[in-house]
Amino acid sequence: MQNESGSQGVSRRSLLAMIGMTAGSAAMYQAMTSLGFAAESGYTGPIKLDGDAKGASVLVLGAGLAGMTAALELRQAGYKVQILEFNQRPGGRNWSLRGGDTYTELGGATQKCEFDSGMYINPGPWRIPYHHHAVLDYCRRLGVQLEPFQQLNHNAYLHSSKAFGGKPQRIKDIKTDFTGGVSELLAKVTQQGKLEGAVSKEDQEILLQALKSWGALDKDYTYKAGHLTSEYRGFKQDPGGGLTARPIDSEPIKFTDVLNSRLWRSLANFSLYEFQTTMFQPVGGMDMIGKAFAKQLGDIIRYNAKVKAIQQDDKGVTITYEDTTNPGPTVQATADWCVCTIPLTILSQIELNVGAPMQAAIGAVPYASSVKVGLQFKRRFWEEDERIYGGISYTDLPISQISYPSTGYNQGGKGVLLGAYTWNGANSYEFTSMDPVERVRRAVEFGAQIHPQYRQEFETGISVAWHRVPFTLGCAGDWTEDARKEHYDNLCQIDGRIVLAGEHASYIPAWMEGAILSGLDAISRLHKRVLAS
Amino acid sequence: MFKIQKRAMGASALVLAAVFVSCISSASAQDAANPSAEPRLSPTRVFAHKSGEALFNNVCAACHMPGGKGAAGAGIYPALANNPKLEAAGYPITVVLHGLKGMPPVGKMMTDEQVAEVINYLRTHFGNSYEEKVTAQEIAQSR
Repeated sequence: MQNESGSQGVSRRSLLAMIGMTAGSAAMYQAMTSLGFAAESGYTGPIKLDGDAKGASVLVLGAGLAGMTAALELRQAGYKVQILEFNQRPGGRNWSLRGGDTYTELGGATQKCEFDSGMYINPGPWRIPYHHHAVLDYCRRLGVQLEPFQQLNHNAYLHSSKAFGGKPQRIKDIKTDFTGGVSELLAKVTQQGKLEGAVSKEDQEILLQALKSWGALDKDYTYKAGHLTSEYRGFKQDPGGGLTARPIDSEPIKFTDVLNSRLWRSLANFSLYEFQTTMFQPVGGMDMIGKAFAKQLGDIIRYNAKVKAIQQDDKGVTITYEDTTNPGPTVQATADWCVCTIPLTILSQIELNVGAPMQAAIGAVPYASSVKVGLQFKRRFWEEDERIYGGISYTDLPISQISYPSTGYNQGGKGVLLGAYTWNGANSYEFTSMDPVERVRRAVEFGAQIHPQYRQEFETGISVAWHRVPFTLGCAGDWTEDARKEHYDNLCQIDGRIVLAGEHASYIPAWMEGAILSGLDAISRLHKRVLAS
Repeated sequence: MFKIQKRAMGASALVLAAVFVSCISSASAQDAANPSAEPRLSPTRVFAHKSGEALFNNVCAACHMPGGKGAAGAGIYPALANNPKLEAAGYPITVVLHGLKGMPPVGKMMTDEQVAEVINYLRTHFGNSYEEKVTAQEIAQSR
């Protein structure tokens, strides 16, 4: 899968050799990383569980992506598999809310999603990096259609309530003016000979050329209003046709204002490896992935099953659970082995006879706080008025960001925005503490500071605060480095007949890739154990 | 409990009025309009509330629910109301500062004074009556 990129005529290896010769080893390492040789995903293709399992049985707890991956592959390898799932639907946090859905959070507040047909919000995962090979491969194998998710839209906004009088700035302006200002300064320092010793004479010449092209500097190495900078940051009036053709240059923002606005802080969201383009989303909602798994698995998933106890002995594993549609009496299921993907928030409360190290690990992971709010508007004003097609605006307001739909562009009609997305920090807890109606109302109030059209166009909204989600009691495992050192391996080790999986048993917490890779790793070890037993 | 909730609602109504009047950043608008009001949303990533009541309503209530009544889904959030584990102050201090199982260490986003305030509030409300106060100094020593 990693060696399919020969379409340009130059193989990646020969390209790397070229870069290595001309630019030195640091550049080569950087190029290697970006081309996917140095920092490779653990996923190398469909798992192979060779050898006869002799009809061994496995109970999988949880029909999220980790559990369904494990179940699918174990069944394929000849195991008898059954899944117990708390919800009445598959997917777990792989979830979409659509018009007509109802959702009751902890505390009892019920929301009915009033979105129009075809509109949805993904309360959990919502984007797939190109390097999440396992998610992409399962999407391909299960026939889940993908479309691009816009992470970076140069025409979306960066907004600070404390800068530019609270007026949102286009990402392209901040990005270009920041790069331009830095380039001009660095060029000045270079020309003054202040880099002597750090950069060779010859390299200084190259650096100056690079700064000119990277930062949109003129022949005197200055960054200033003109046609050149407008080619980067856009024009005050774009070039046109006929008598209105003449473009008018735009005016860069003063460098000191760019710096003091702190808006550059959000630029990392477009540089970090996990957010680099291309990103994807399933057509029609993230839950298409969970549904595609469940379609394959059919009736081996038992829904509405609330696990009460997990007991193992030298003969097998017994799961005691309650049918939530008939609360009170408990039911027991048995199997030779168990793959448990129950979130640690919940597993830590379930009677479970594993050794002390795993038990300690289960109790060592706090869960992150996160809140999302979906807002439906009468018209796609962000496209019609502001020419924002997909992407994300970042703000210092408590809503943190506004994400525009990466689908259905330029056709008019209604649209649903992600109107708030918090991750840990005070505001996330504060939003969680509100009732769902207040969360939506406040997301609209804050969003109106960036898009005044909110006030006219807002129709309906829905909110999900992950600490109040009945099936997770939190968003995702929030490991610290210390906790990982002490507990991670103990969490992942097979304990007797039980192995844990899920995003919490991965180094990519909160991502679907972590859940799937964890499920695959768990069953490959379990399979070896079974063959050896 | 009824009284407490009424007070909390009154405060948020004031806050709302302030936001409607001037559409600037929430916290600054609230503070300007009513310096004694507690913010509903803090201006930074740490909690800005001063009183134990406001801290409880904006932090603890996220999971343990208004009135500390707890909740149950696939797992539970224990009720803080009528909770005998609060008798020994060291227990809530440890839990707030260091977390417990899935519970995050929310005290890391509070000052010593705030942690003391919220624990003193909790230990004297919702059917808990443990009048002996914990001090910010005790909190500092337990971090």
